[in-house]
Parts: sequence; C-alpha cells; structure tokens
Amino acid sequence: MIIKPGTRKRGDDRDEAMAQSDELEALTKAFSGHGVDETTLIAVLGKSHPEKRKAFRKGNPQFFKEDERSFERWDDHRIKLLKREFSRFKNAVVLWAMHPWERDARLMKEALKDGPDSYNVLIEVACTRSSEELLGARRAYHSLFEHSIEEDVASHVHGPERRLLVALVSAYRYEGTKPKEDNAKAEAKTILNVIKSGEKKTDNEEVIRILTTRSKLLLKAVYKDYQEISGSNLDEDLKSDSRLQETVQCLCTPERYFSQVLDLALEIDADKSTKKALTRVIVTRADVDVKEIDEEFNKMYGVRLTKKIEDTANGNYKDFLLRLIAKGD
Amino acid sequence: MASLAAPGHFSPTEDAEALQKACKGWGTNEKLIIKVLGHRNAAQRKQIRQAYEQLYEEDLVKRLESELSGDFEKAVYRWILDPVDRDAVLANVALKKSNPDFPVIIEISCVHSPDELLEVRKAYKLRYKRSLEEDVAAHTTGDIRKLLVGLVSAYRFEGEEINARLANSEADVLHNAIKDKAFNHDEVIRILTTRSKAQLRATFNRYRDDQGTSITKNILVEHPDDFSVALRTTIRCFNDQQKYFEKVLRNAIKRAGTDEDDITRVIVTRAEKDLKEIKEGYYKRNSASLDQAVAKDTSGDYKAFLLALLGKEE
Repeated sequence: MIIKPGTRKRGDDRDEAMAQSDELEALTKAFSGHGVDETTLIAVLGKSHPEKRKAFRKGNPQFFKEDERSFERWDDHRIKLLKREFSRFKNAVVLWAMHPWERDARLMKEALKDGPDSYNVLIEVACTRSSEELLGARRAYHSLFEHSIEEDVASHVHGPERRLLVALVSAYRYEGTKPKEDNAKAEAKTILNVIKSGEKKTDNEEVIRILTTRSKLLLKAVYKDYQEISGSNLDEDLKSDSRLQETVQCLCTPERYFSQVLDLALEIDADKSTKKALTRVIVTRADVDVKEIDEEFNKMYGVRLTKKIEDTANGNYKDFLLRLIAKGD
Repeated sequence: MASLAAPGHFSPTEDAEALQKACKGWGTNEKLIIKVLGHRNAAQRKQIRQAYEQLYEEDLVKRLESELSGDFEKAVYRWILDPVDRDAVLANVALKKSNPDFPVIIEISCVHSPDELLEVRKAYKLRYKRSLEEDVAAHTTGDIRKLLVGLVSAYRFEGEEINARLANSEADVLHNAIKDKAFNHDEVIRILTTRSKAQLRATFNRYRDDQGTSITKNILVEHPDDFSVALRTTIRCFNDQQKYFEKVLRNAIKRAGTDEDDITRVIVTRAEKDLKEIKEGYYKRNSASLDQAVAKDTSGDYKAFLLALLGKEE
C-alpha cells in the first residue's frame, strides 16, 4: 500500500494514528517477503521528518530494540536479513545476464560449499540440463575453479550420496530418438524389486546404474512402466531416500519438481537457501519451460505462479521475475 | 612420434581411383591397398573417403569390408575410421566380448586428453545410440563397474598445476587403503577417476617416495585379484603410457595363439601418435626390434600392413 504524500489531512489525530499504522504496515511489508518494495520505501521512509522515523522505530519492535542507553537500535539479525532482501534484485540480474555455463558452474560450486542441505541444487543442475549444457557447465567449472566438478563433488561429499552425485554430474546421456532395443520394462522391474526388497536403494548399484547412465527418454518410459506394474509413482516410492527422489523427479517430471521447489520458496517462513530457489528457478528456466512450470504450478496448487509471486515478492525484484516469466508471450 | 610414413603431398582423387582399381573385379590387390592406406594419415584418409564417395557413390569403408577378410580386414577397418570413431568401435567390441576386455576401456579413458575422450563419447553416442557409460555400466558389475564408469565419465581438469599437500594426503589415503586387508576401493576409485592427470602423477610419485616401491607393485603384492589388475592397468596408463603399450605388445607377441586383437589395436591406434617411442622402448627392453617380432608372429597381408604402419620403407 503506497501512501501518496500530501493526501492525508493534517491535524486529525485519529486519522493520523490510522495513517501511521497504515504506513507502518506498508513499510513492514516493503521489507518482508522476497525483495524490497523500493517505491514504498522512497515514498514513506524518504519523508524526512525525524519524528516520523522515531515513531517508525518505536512502533516496530521486530526491527528495533530499546537499547539500555535510551535509543532504539536496529536489530543486527534484521539488518542481515534486509541486506539479503535488498540484494535479491541484484543477484537475479547478475545471474540472468550470466552465460548459462558460468551460471550452472557457480550454482554447483555454491551448493557444494553450502553443504548437504543444498545438494539438491547439484541434482537439479545435473538432471534438468541437456547433455551439452551440462558439459558446458563442466567446462566453465574448469575455468572458474581450476578443478573438475566431479573432483570437487567427490572430495566434499561423503557417504552413500557421493556415488550418486558424482555419477550425475559426470553423465553425458544419449539424447537421440528411441533406440531399437529398449528395455524400459526390465529396468522398471529391476527398480521395483530393489524397492520391494527393502534394501538401501542408494547402495544398490543397479538403481544407480539406471538413474545415472540411461537416457532421459528411456527413464521417462521407465517411470511410466513402473506406474503400470506397481500402481504407484516411482518418486513417491522413493520418498525415504530424498536424493533418489529428487533425481527421479528432475529426470522424469521436471515441471512438477520445479513447481514444488517454487511453492516452498514462496512460503512466508522459508529459510535462506529455500528462498534462493525462487531466483534460481525462474532465471534458469525462463528460456526453457517456465510457462509449463506456471501451468503445472496452477494444477498443483490452484493458483497461478505469477499470482503467488505478485503477492509474495516486492519491488524491482518482483517486476523482474514477472517480466522473465512473461518473456515468451 | 608417429611411426607412420605419410607423404606431404598427395591426391585424394588419385588414391581413391587406385583403391577402386584394387577392389575392382575378381580378387583384390591387397598390396595396393597397403601401399596407399598404409601411408596416409587420418586427415588424408578422410579426404580419400570423401573423394571415393564422390567418384563412385559408395562408402569406401563398406567396400573394403566386403573385399577383405580376417585379421587384415579388421586392421584396415580400424585404420580407416576416424580416430574417435575407431575408439568408439574398439570400446564397443571390447564390451560385447563374453569376457569384456577391460584394458581397452581403461586405455581409451586414460590415454586421451579430456577433450579427446569427450569426442570419443560423442562418436559412441552417434554410432550406437547409447552413451558409453551406459554400455560400460550394463556390461560390468561391482567395483569394476564403479572404476570403469568413473574413468569414462571423467572430464578432468587439464592444468599442469599440482597441489603438493593434496598429493601428500592422497598418497597416504592410497597407502592406507592398500595396506588394509579389507581394501576399501571407494577412495582409490575416487582419486583415480576424478583427479587431473598431473595431480595423479604427483600423487603416485609421492607414494613411491614415501613407500620406497611403486604403488602398482604394492597393489599386486597385497591384493592379487581381478579388480587390482584393472587398478594397476589404470595407474600404468597414467604414469607411462608408452611403457604400458610396450608391455601389451610384448605379451601379445609372446602369447601363443591366433588372437591378434591387441597387436592390431596398439599398432593402429598409436601409429600416428607415439609408436616410434614404443618401438624404441621395445628394443631397449627386449634387445630385438618390434618390426622383427611382429614379422615373426604374423603373416601375409596382415603382416605387411602392420609393418607399413610401423614405418617400414617400401
């Protein structure tokens, strides 16, 4: 809500109080959600009266704490959060302008640095890019970081996930038309047997082989065949193993996967790395399938992605994202 | 250096005509085929194929396949393919054997530059409509699968810079893994399938400095099994590929029997690369010339073709 300067009647206390609380609300909203509402900040906070700002500080305990030496002090944590929100537009622009190879290489490096909670980004990049795009990202990784991506993943990731992740980032899948011999049904059966046996799936070398070397075309057929022979979806049956589940979703049902990631990112209390996904997904899919993701999002959650972004994001950041989505029109 | 003797100037059209003459009518003039193809490098052979296609509207490769037979045919077929296509074919043949020929896969992965290996993977997809790693995985199991899939999938960093501290720590990792009766392979596989070649060599050197023996010797002593053979092949290809190829030839020549695949493969794939150095290494090691050894062990047109690639003068 933007209050236009000069539209408020002066001298009316009740109006004044209400207007103040409106402004407070507007300012709080301007700082919450994704990005910042630059226009409101300029219009409201830009108004210079020191009294107004004091009232803002006093009336906003989540941003300002009463210091023992009698002044209202910015909450340090809140400043950190604000810094992040102010940077969201910048980060989106920088990421958007980047060559896709550099972009993916940097995303993967960052995910490795951030640790296991961000490993889903490795899976996302490795599985939703074309073979040539992933190859390009690997080349860029050499230039940027003077190591190969598989080298860094192998030395940073420990435990059973390592094998899966190294294999996924190293894949150079066949992408042509269906080959004559197509054993999708047999592969589906193999996976079903492993799942039924209860053994740890990330350790099973056949599951790894199928998911990390077979072509996407074949894997989509495996997904379908699995549904036919078992009655449930493969990614649901892999729920106990989030990495494998993410892998299957990215390879077989990417629009669903991205919709879920976006839905989580757009939640009020989303944490730092979950929130980052909004920029990442929109920027990396804007040239690819953002329209299909928008439709799938609507199907899954009953609201258009664009509407959700409209409601949850602010300012230039919001406008930029919406423009990226509308690009194809 | 190449052992192949190819002329600076040549005419693809003349060569194509000569080859057509060699194949025309009853019988084949193998000597002419050897005279031409046995003295042309990869770029020249490609032009000859194109000229032949233009002149006679036929694929030279297919023609030769139908005209020739036996070990000679196999050798010429491999020779005339584009080098990356050739490696794709060699890999596929190796995998399809009832006992997959792991050294071939290891050789292809370790001897090429990262970009060359990528080209081989591209050629493989084009020819077989599956990725190389897909087929390697489908024809192997267990730790051999982990090792070989890792080797063919690697796109190693190509810098010459090495991190001495890392070489030290990874030499220790290798030492501990090998020393351990259980010999957990995962760390060894990780290092061998992801580090840059320069870094690997530094690590192996560090190992030798620390332990007093080469890592391949220690692996052999502690764990004589199939997987270890594959590990040692990998390490030897990285460390000194010419020495490795010399040994392959030496063993193939020593072996009684009719399987000339190894001899063909090494000579055909290295003739334009480092067969000269391999010959020198062979002489040093065996006090006999490779040419003579090959001549004694093979016969007919096949022999003549191999000797041409080895650089024998007309």
